[in-house]
Amino acid sequence: MDTALLIEKSILVLLLFLVSLGAAAYMTYFERKLAAWIQDRVGPDRAGPFGILQPIADGVKMFLKEDFIPAKADKWLFIIGPGIAMFTALITSAVVPWGPKLHLFGRDIALQVADINIGILYVFGVLSVGVYGIMIGGWASNNKYSLYGAIRASSQMISYELAMGVSAITIVLLSGSLSLNDIVTQQSGVWNVFYQPVAFFIFFVCALAELNRAPFDLPECESELVGGYHTEYSSMKLGLYLFAEYTSMFVSSAIMAILFFGGYNFPGMSHFSGNTLAIIGIAAFAIKIFIFIFVIMWIRWTIPRFRFDQLMHLGWKTLLPLSLINLLITGLVIAFKNGWF
Amino acid sequence: MESLTNRKKVVSDKPMTLWEKAYLPAIISGMMTTMRHMFRKRKTIKYPEETREFAPVYRGQHVLKRDEQGRENCTACGLCAVACPAEAITMTSAERERGQEQLYREEKYAATYEINMLRCIFCGLCEEACPKEAIFLTDRLVPTFFERDNFIYGKDKLVETLDERIDITTRQHTGKRSQI
Repeated sequence: MDTALLIEKSILVLLLFLVSLGAAAYMTYFERKLAAWIQDRVGPDRAGPFGILQPIADGVKMFLKEDFIPAKADKWLFIIGPGIAMFTALITSAVVPWGPKLHLFGRDIALQVADINIGILYVFGVLSVGVYGIMIGGWASNNKYSLYGAIRASSQMISYELAMGVSAITIVLLSGSLSLNDIVTQQSGVWNVFYQPVAFFIFFVCALAELNRAPFDLPECESELVGGYHTEYSSMKLGLYLFAEYTSMFVSSAIMAILFFGGYNFPGMSHFSGNTLAIIGIAAFAIKIFIFIFVIMWIRWTIPRFRFDQLMHLGWKTLLPLSLINLLITGLVIAFKNGWF
Repeated sequence: MESLTNRKKVVSDKPMTLWEKAYLPAIISGMMTTMRHMFRKRKTIKYPEETREFAPVYRGQHVLKRDEQGRENCTACGLCAVACPAEAITMTSAERERGQEQLYREEKYAATYEINMLRCIFCGLCEEACPKEAIFLTDRLVPTFFERDNFIYGKDKLVETLDERIDITTRQHTGKRSQI
């Protein structure tokens, strides 16, 4: 590995880190604004013009709050919990291809931190580890509400990961590769969502459940469990949990855009080349991510929460069979096309 | 029985049809509703910068009026205090001395006149009871204070000043509401 590559990757990692955190911070602002608009209100508008400095004010507030650890809590796990949640939320973005290759200083710079050939498996693995952040935090709090929230989170994640994985397998069948980079390049013509609308729908619903977003926000449903798994958390530890949720929302939107909406591909791509193509590609990808975030928030402020049994019914009795049937049909069609019958 | 309005809606608990069980149509129609709300006019009044428009009959902080020559109208008859259901008004009376004719309209005047704004319910009965058109409720708000004593308004706060007369023409129609 030469020094230039090392510098290039370090800058990319740093940029990615800052962008993910910045995006998460401004998603909190956007979420509050959107909630306000849906409820005929104005939303935060006091900090700076249009309240644009609200996330900074919130961040300062989080830091200045008392950092409290309950007496009977398991101290180290209590501290590690939010750390794991934030860590897993951030490292998922490593395999995301953010745009076509940039040509700078006589080098081709791939806008992807690590083009590993099992990208999808990595994403699923890291997402599954993410539940440990919630589970450990909820258990270490030594609080019944926190424990309930943690148990709900883990059972919900296990149930929905199945249908999510099966619908992702259909994409792998289509593209014949587990690398996210390959999946994106293969969609330069037609996006996967036109081949696999059902898989996309299942994936989207499961992503909502994985993210603990409404209508599946049972792990932190404040009407039943006070604050859910983060009942006992305060100060920046709570901030990390909330931040991790928004960061994983950002990354999940990116993954959905990659798997089903062609990543950085956009219509009329062949007219551009070089750095122009790269920049428009990044912009197209950002717009797709933004639309996903918008829809997720829009759903949150529209639909009431599911009951836990309804959640399990939906996951096991509807989404899983549906995704399996979809997988079967996809497999049959591919086999038929290849002339295996 | 025939219903008086067309708002009656028959509810039933018949099992859901397949269309209703699919959830998605209902979810999408719900999302359309929220989308419509996103573009509606905001109901918020940004308070310190804007204030809500008051109704013409709004009953806010009281004023003790002076007549055209700047003399206090109040004769300390006590009818407002008697009428007050919250017992918020107290006063002491005094006799007008020679040379005070430009200060007080009648021979008797209120030496002190206090309204406890924490007791007052802003019903306006004092205004209705007053035979001298001396007390009126205005569209001004009673501000907040940290000390209870500050809420007892004396004559210094209640009597209008000569250079800053308070307009109460919209409230001078006692008993004739149709004109408002």
